[in-house]
Amino acid sequence: MIQQSKIVIKDLNFFYQKKQVIRDFSLEIPSNEILAVFGPANSGTTTFLRTLNRLCDLIPGARMEGEILLDGKNIFDPDISVTELRRKVGMVFDVPTPLPMSIFDNIAYGPRLGGKKTRASLTDGVEKALRMAALWDEVKDRLNTPALRLSGGQQQRLCIARVLALEPEVILLDRPCSALDPVSTAKIEESLKQLKEQFTIIIAPHNVQQAGRVADNVAFMLMGSLIENGPTGKVFENPQDKRTSDYITGRFG
Amino acid sequence: MKISSRTAQRIAKTLIWASALFVIVILLAIIIFILIKGVPEISWQFLTEIPRNMGRSGGISSSIVGTLLVTAVAVIIATPFGVGTAFYLTEYTREGKVTRIIRFSAESLSGIPSIVYGLFGFIFFVMYLKLGWSILSGGLTLAVMILPTIIRTSEEAIRTVSYQYREVSFSLGGTKWQTITRAVFPSAVRGIAVGVILGIGRCVAETAAVILTAGSALRMPESIFSPTRTMAEHFYILAREGISMEKAYGTAALLIIIIFIINVVANMLINRYVAKGH
Amino acid sequence: MKINKEKISGTIFLLIALSALSVLALITVFIFIKGVPIIAKVGFFDFVFGMVWDPGNGAFGIFPMIFGSVTVTLGAAVLGVPIAICCSIFLAEFAPAVLSNIVRPAIQLLAAIPSVVYGFWGLLFVVPAIRNHLGGPGLSILAGSIILAIMILPTIISIAEVSLLSLPRHYKEGAYALGLTQWQTIRSVLLPAAKSGIVAAIILGIGRAIGETMAVIMVLGNAVAIPQSILDPARTLTTNIGIEMGYASGDHQQALFATGIVLLVIVMILNAFAQYVTRRK
Repeated sequence: MIQQSKIVIKDLNFFYQKKQVIRDFSLEIPSNEILAVFGPANSGTTTFLRTLNRLCDLIPGARMEGEILLDGKNIFDPDISVTELRRKVGMVFDVPTPLPMSIFDNIAYGPRLGGKKTRASLTDGVEKALRMAALWDEVKDRLNTPALRLSGGQQQRLCIARVLALEPEVILLDRPCSALDPVSTAKIEESLKQLKEQFTIIIAPHNVQQAGRVADNVAFMLMGSLIENGPTGKVFENPQDKRTSDYITGRFG
Repeated sequence: MKISSRTAQRIAKTLIWASALFVIVILLAIIIFILIKGVPEISWQFLTEIPRNMGRSGGISSSIVGTLLVTAVAVIIATPFGVGTAFYLTEYTREGKVTRIIRFSAESLSGIPSIVYGLFGFIFFVMYLKLGWSILSGGLTLAVMILPTIIRTSEEAIRTVSYQYREVSFSLGGTKWQTITRAVFPSAVRGIAVGVILGIGRCVAETAAVILTAGSALRMPESIFSPTRTMAEHFYILAREGISMEKAYGTAALLIIIIFIINVVANMLINRYVAKGH
Repeated sequence: MKINKEKISGTIFLLIALSALSVLALITVFIFIKGVPIIAKVGFFDFVFGMVWDPGNGAFGIFPMIFGSVTVTLGAAVLGVPIAICCSIFLAEFAPAVLSNIVRPAIQLLAAIPSVVYGFWGLLFVVPAIRNHLGGPGLSILAGSIILAIMILPTIISIAEVSLLSLPRHYKEGAYALGLTQWQTIRSVLLPAAKSGIVAAIILGIGRAIGETMAVIMVLGNAVAIPQSILDPARTLTTNIGIEMGYASGDHQQALFATGIVLLVIVMILNAFAQYVTRRK
């Protein structure tokens, strides 16, 4: 049984002003699996994630060549609605960024953008999203309190719930645990493993070990190029490229 | 004569501390003097009766109302334009020729003397637009005067709003308009409010611009087309013509109290804004 | 449909933003329209350098006022700038948090006091003091300079303080590591580094001083002759307008607008200079 790839990236080149940040990047990402894209600082992992939901459009002087197909359709086609795309491909950032409003309003922000207005139509979605992010039990009694009062780990799970409320198909996470303690990190990694049953997950981990813990597949990026990719076990135990093994073993970083 | 570095340090430190002391002393000298002489004048009659006998007796209620109305007109007009301009500069443009011209205009406007605003208000609102000496003319003139301040403080407030909030809103599928109104504005509103409040303070204190545009009438204004005399104007006329020193002190004291309250409110907003973690 | 909404809101915002530009243009246009004819009639040089201002007899020379403005402002700068710079250094370097939370609001309050109150206070305290201790009528350039110096303190202090605070911390740390005293650090490292901001602050302070009207009217004495000493009364460009606008008409009124033009030009030049100095950073 051949699984249809959720995302297919073909010959992606990304330029930011005169600098080339991503080179000749081609990759197929299967659905309902966790892919970790890792590499040393400035390899282009963050930029790469941002091309997948076209957040790169916001950067002045950004230019790209190549194709990114989501379920077979190029996301850079002119007739694609960018706002629709971003609801299908959600993103969690490296620093927890609750909006300055209540927990409820944070989760409801996305659906409200899409036109949902009444509190009744929003309440169920909010609860569902919070349950999926493993945050419901901790906040169910204080949905109307400011989200900024939550702890760092809770805020990040709030951000995940916020994305889930839009019922996306793909979830992007850019170093989501870099600002968190190990306990919160473990909780989030647990959630991800459960979420992959319903979503395709792409994570840029903040260290290689996290990739080893959560990912089904990994892709190693160095200075904008894809060096090596494949199932996690295979790449970590038997890397084909010397640079991959050097980075994984910590010879450089 | 070579002074040792330690002596230089001591002299410098003394002078520097002295300068701060000087500032405080001067402030107290001015405020305490006015308050001591003026607060006894402020009575219920002072606040509710209109001036009689050219201001020698009675109260200053018509001035208070006039000041409020002129300030209200100014703020109601200047705020949308100022905040809108600030949003345009931060959200819709990259730094380029247009933004530079707009910003240069705003900066230049902020340096223009208030008497020149008065001249402009006189020739444009009073004469050309035939609004006459009125609260409307005065308010419009003051609106033009506080516009640059509101643009500047609003722009700062909007820029301080974390870029992350914008990114988050876009990443959840928001359009630019939605991001501005639902994510950026609510976070920046406090900083914007501070600018507006400071603008209010400027309107209340202003004399040169209103004296040429709002008229000088002592009776209670009937509408925004009526002329009026703001408190600062009234104080000036009372003091300079020597009409009534007591009433002058009273007016000045009331002015200072109002301005003090405005400043305190603005500071409270700023502190709560900072405490929220911006 | 959503795309159209985006474009519409963008256009609306652009139109609003052009308001600042159009207001500036309006002001310039109207003041110029009203004032240029009289300058043309009298002659530019006769207007700007003419020594006699006697509207009743058709004499419209504003040089005494220009002289008055310049001297009063210079005096204010000489008196005010050192105090302001010292105070900004105090806030940036010396003040413990408790004190800066007192001094900073005090400065804000100083900035908020109406200019008429300053003038009144000056009339009651500064003018008699000068008259009793230094001679002359008391209503003098010196009085004006003193009051203006106090009034421009907040402007200069706030901008200069920000410039000092925004210097990278390693400037200071490097100097201390080399064994410099605090004052030596301030004098030879921090002040020069913050120079452009401080200069901009001073220029803006001077701009404020030149533009001030009400306070100056009350303490300057308003004599239309060129003062011989700082104890003499004088008149500035601003007070000229402020005093006579109430009853001027015809050519006289136009001449006051022309005075406004001169003021506008001076202030725009100062402003452009300040902006240039800050950009060069």
